[in-house]
Amino acid sequence: MSNGNIEEAPRSTAASVRGDFVVTGVSKRYGGVPALSDVSLTISPGTVHALVGENGAGKSTLGKIMSGVIPPDEGTMSLGGESLSFKSPRDALSHGIVTIVQELAIVPGLTVAENVYLGVEPSTAGFVRRRQSRRQFRELAKTVGFDLSPDRLAGSLSIADQQKVEIMRALSRNASIVIMDEPTAALSGGETEALHGIIRSLVRDGNSVVLISHYLSEVLALADVITTLRDGELIRTVDAKDATEETLIEGMLGHSLSSAFPEKVVAQEEKPVVLEVEHLQAPGVNDCSFVLHEGEILGIAGLVGAGRSELARAIFRDSKVSGGSVRLKGKDLGGHSPSRSIRRGLVFIPESRKEMGLLVGRSVKENVSLSRLDLVSRLGWITGIRERRKVNEVMKSVTVRAASIRMPVFMLSGGNQQKLMFARSVMCSPNVLIADEPTRGVDVGSKRTIYDLLTEMAGSGMGVVVISSDLEEVLGLAHRVLVMRHGRIITELSGEGINEQAVLAAAFAESTNKGTVPS
Amino acid sequence: MNEKVETPDVLDVDEEGSSSLRSSVIRVLGSWRLAGIAIPFLILFISLSVWVGPFLTKTNLINILDQQSAYLAIAAAGTLVLVAGGLDLSVGAIYGLAAVVSGQLAEHHSPIIAIGAGLLVGLGMGVANGMIVAFLKINPFIATLAMSFVISGIALKASGNNLIVLSQNSGFYKFGNTVFLSIPSAVWITLVFVAILALVLAKTTFGRRVVASGGNAEAARLSGIRVNQIRIITYALSGLAAGYGGVIDTSRLLSAQATGVPNLTFIVLAGVVVGGTSIGGGEGSVPRTTIGVLFIAMIYNGINLTNIDQVYQQIVLGVIILIAVSLDVWARKRRV
Repeated sequence: MSNGNIEEAPRSTAASVRGDFVVTGVSKRYGGVPALSDVSLTISPGTVHALVGENGAGKSTLGKIMSGVIPPDEGTMSLGGESLSFKSPRDALSHGIVTIVQELAIVPGLTVAENVYLGVEPSTAGFVRRRQSRRQFRELAKTVGFDLSPDRLAGSLSIADQQKVEIMRALSRNASIVIMDEPTAALSGGETEALHGIIRSLVRDGNSVVLISHYLSEVLALADVITTLRDGELIRTVDAKDATEETLIEGMLGHSLSSAFPEKVVAQEEKPVVLEVEHLQAPGVNDCSFVLHEGEILGIAGLVGAGRSELARAIFRDSKVSGGSVRLKGKDLGGHSPSRSIRRGLVFIPESRKEMGLLVGRSVKENVSLSRLDLVSRLGWITGIRERRKVNEVMKSVTVRAASIRMPVFMLSGGNQQKLMFARSVMCSPNVLIADEPTRGVDVGSKRTIYDLLTEMAGSGMGVVVISSDLEEVLGLAHRVLVMRHGRIITELSGEGINEQAVLAAAFAESTNKGTVPS
Repeated sequence: MNEKVETPDVLDVDEEGSSSLRSSVIRVLGSWRLAGIAIPFLILFISLSVWVGPFLTKTNLINILDQQSAYLAIAAAGTLVLVAGGLDLSVGAIYGLAAVVSGQLAEHHSPIIAIGAGLLVGLGMGVANGMIVAFLKINPFIATLAMSFVISGIALKASGNNLIVLSQNSGFYKFGNTVFLSIPSAVWITLVFVAILALVLAKTTFGRRVVASGGNAEAARLSGIRVNQIRIITYALSGLAAGYGGVIDTSRLLSAQATGVPNLTFIVLAGVVVGGTSIGGGEGSVPRTTIGVLFIAMIYNGINLTNIDQVYQQIVLGVIILIAVSLDVWARKRRV
């Protein structure tokens, strides 16, 4: 399966002298919400240690803590018995720990060699010694077995080759523990193979690789040890030999659905269709078709990057649609702007309320009335009384309690900020609501209120689409579930067919594997 | 809805109890920016009145307003541009072009044509700026800077680089110099224009959309606001104001030159920023801008009246801008 523990002649890196990298009792909270609780693991030299889990299970947080990007709230780390405390990624690097994230940190306008030695260029009196830098580069490239020209512009390389540059940069600074967060997410099949080769050669030389990946087959093929996380907790760490795709999925699953959700009201008869999407083509969206009925909550599940938000934005006409059609109440929803979509009765709550939703420095009132200023004005003149009355009215319906509607939004809690997004939508009295990650960064109490709101909106005859990375949320709310992958809708689940196994199996299925999964 | 009322989670803990504290915090936050310029303004006004004899005279004060009419109008419109998330560095050039266009036409045509042409030229250039920024997606700093060269070039060509001098008995002269209640018409027209823009920004749906476009363009777009359209209108208003500035000063001074007033763009921008309008967009007020412009004008006036070396004007202006911008940065940081 993998080339595990073969300790070959050690290279001249720190790997030869270091011992185990031990993480003990690490916890991290974001605004009171635990992202990681009491996680301990040991990474031995010469192994690939994989971290698996659902979106939000805490894998990336753990990776960031191990590489000094963020500090843990609690817990300790040590390397070969020496206790570590990182203040910055640079600190971690000085101990040989480096992280390679999805967003690569290369400078496209510099050459490969310049990128590798960025900040540590061999120089004399401030002048870079190019020849020496190239020679060092060739030596390094030979050791790791990469075939890269030092003089090419880094920006002209494929993503896999850019990743090689990052890896070489890491190794040129004597990194011995490389943390890779979803390294193959952006790669083609061939490039993925190449990267797998790199990972194998790294561990063969006595380095360790921490592999964070959604792709279970990749994990099983490469890893020596696999740690499963769920809701920030370590479920188990097993030898890869003892793991199968089934046991991993089982470990990643949450406990049974909690009663945190309102009761699903299933329509007696088929309600009329309110939204029809046919063969929609847009950036990140590949030939998507589905229908949404009045009073229905449709869940869209899938991994991060599967194209869920892209689909929502294409329907909302926020991105360039290159083909297909969207019909709202039977009428073609043309146009090229969100403003038209809103007027036609389609509203969208974007995934990031701070970046895409709210004017955080402005008042609650201004934020709520923003989409429907026509309702609170006459001939373009805003009527203070009418605005206050209207805003108070919708605020009551979404149960936001702010001391004053003149309060700036940044003073509200995350949950209340999110409810403002709902208040704005309610004010539009739409036919269809698309909510992208409606409970992200929201406390438990507000979550339930938001679930009630969604159910209530559907109950009033609205068609509701809920996109969520929180699987429980999709399962708990939706009457039907679409699972997306690589910009396509892979499978549709309804009624009894909606369960975690079915959704996860479809979401994680390799494209080479079975295309759809029986529900 | 009915059973909703009984659910206890309706009440959110985080605002309870501290409501009175919070609303007073808001009131302070809302007013400190106005105080930030109004208090220095009053201190300066009183000091000048006390220490500099000729300052507190009707003639001098009306003179300041008369001289500042172009600046006040351009700065008011410039506030809208900044609040919408833009920047207009071409106002000085548009001012020059409108001045020579109206000046030349006033020599041989009716004042209405001269004034109308000047305003239209300004409006047209403003629309062009807006289109370039919105559709070519060029950074407004670069786009309007480049446009300022183009416009200045056109103005030089149109005037043959000559100083245009008009005679006093034309109707065009009356446009800015008709005195009503001992205040010249230039000041009256400017005040009306500024008051309208102040109300537009503070009280209308358009004003709200301007604020939203500059505060968070993505959020504004997803809320159904046509951000491009809003921004084009603000540039158009800025061009119109600059055109008006050129026309009114030509009428007041009976002379026009393609080069306009040196540094006009930056003096106006200084007034806006000193008034506490954020250079980053999403925040600002026309009344504060007015105080800011007059604050700078008073400093200039004070330096003139006391015969201090004019060189200090520049230095003082620079220092004041730095202070104003630091305050803005500081205010933004306080906000999470």
